[in-house]
Amino acid sequence: MVSLLDIIGPVMVGPSSSHTAGACRLGLLARCLVGGTPQSARIELHGSFARTGEGHGTDKAIVAGLMGFRPDDDRIRTALEIADKEGLDFRFEKTTLDDDAHPNSVRMTLDRNDRHAVMTGASLGAGRVLVSDIDGYPVEVTGNYNTIVLVAEDIPGSVARIATLLANHRLNIATLRLTRQQRGGDAFMVIEIDDEPGPEVRDEIRALPWVRWAFRLDKVSA
Amino acid sequence: MYKALADAIRDAEARGHTLAQVALDAESSDQGRTVADIRAVLGRALAVMRQAVGQGMTGDLRSASGLVGGDAAKLRTGPKGPLADTPFRDILARALAVQEVNAAMGVIVAAPTAGGAGVLPAVLTGLAAARKIPDEKVIDALACAGLIGAVVAERASLSGAEGGCQAETGAAAAMAAGAATEMLGGSPSQVGHATALALQGTLGLVCDPLGGLVELPCVFRNATGAAIALTGIELALAGVTFAIPVDEVIDVMGEIGESMDVKYRETAGGGLAATPTGRRLARERLYQIKKAD
Repeated sequence: MVSLLDIIGPVMVGPSSSHTAGACRLGLLARCLVGGTPQSARIELHGSFARTGEGHGTDKAIVAGLMGFRPDDDRIRTALEIADKEGLDFRFEKTTLDDDAHPNSVRMTLDRNDRHAVMTGASLGAGRVLVSDIDGYPVEVTGNYNTIVLVAEDIPGSVARIATLLANHRLNIATLRLTRQQRGGDAFMVIEIDDEPGPEVRDEIRALPWVRWAFRLDKVSA
Repeated sequence: MYKALADAIRDAEARGHTLAQVALDAESSDQGRTVADIRAVLGRALAVMRQAVGQGMTGDLRSASGLVGGDAAKLRTGPKGPLADTPFRDILARALAVQEVNAAMGVIVAAPTAGGAGVLPAVLTGLAAARKIPDEKVIDALACAGLIGAVVAERASLSGAEGGCQAETGAAAAMAAGAATEMLGGSPSQVGHATALALQGTLGLVCDPLGGLVELPCVFRNATGAAIALTGIELALAGVTFAIPVDEVIDVMGEIGESMDVKYRETAGGGLAATPTGRRLARERLYQIKKAD
């Protein structure tokens, strides 16, 4: 669903809503998967991101997002220098993803301490983004909501258990999607929440014995 | 949010509301936010738009490559043309100003995109200044523009990489035309005609920036986009109608975008970017940017 405030916005550092602001938002979402600024980042650019990214500051914007800078933060201009100082080891490559990949797509492989994550996402225009893959699981995360993503053993009652846990914290679910690669395999849950879940919610989810890992992706839209 | 402008126009007419009101109501119910909260966000966007206009008018900005900058100031202080001392010339200056700020990696409001960010602030703040329109009405106009943009996003595209420049400055011109028509007292149906009249004038417009940079011709496309928006406003307010319904014009914009060769979709492979001079300038300037980094 398109929001009016996505159209009149974001307030952002130029020059391109897709190649700068959207790229920054994808970086912001990716950093959540490793719980903060990664120590190393392999960033593969596809399509128009690869062809015209440099002149649009796509590289600067993605690295800025990985460091937690938002699209209106004027440190985006000097993000690469800041990353060098902060010890974020980033590497850009040009790649060709699937034929049906959006022209402005990026795949990021991130490491921070013992955490490792691979995320593929696209910048759809006007600053809107869509994360399509996390660690090999097909997902649809827009960043329009605070989102919890988790991988769990595929056991009966898991959805009810998570829903109850969220309800106990008075958190209202906007959308919930469950995918699994095979019956009895790992289940991947993406839960978009109207309100902002505190870190204790994520910790409680992580404490469930059948949850392998869980992360909160911050809302990145206006 | 609405998926067809015809539906929004019908609701507005049935309720005796403006399109801004029906857009704010729809957004409020979609997002679970109060109308006052949404208007506050739009109010902050308006403040950033004005700031960008002001910053760009001073004329001391240069883009990363040095290809653009300083032209907004020429319209303020340079020799007079046939449109001197009219809101038209002031609006052209404002459109250039915002886009020069954008090219210099300054702070702007993407509306709908950064590449088309000059058109809407130029038309709305320019006409508001000329007609002494209070901010509350300009904020309403931003809501109306958001509605039009949302319908374009839903039915077609707002991305130069997907739909060419018609999806960026073209969509911006359509949004500005419709929004300003309502701001100046036009009816919901006149807003539809103004939107269609502006968008038909940009159908087929390719996205062909030199070196892929949002600089040339983007800065100037925002000025011509504003001019096209003003055409839509003037015609619609005079009672001119456009025979193809606005939603169909939006649909065909999307179709044209889909069938556009990839070289005309923000890849710097065709159009002005591929002219001999375009290629030479891009080569020289991109080298300069790399050296500066």
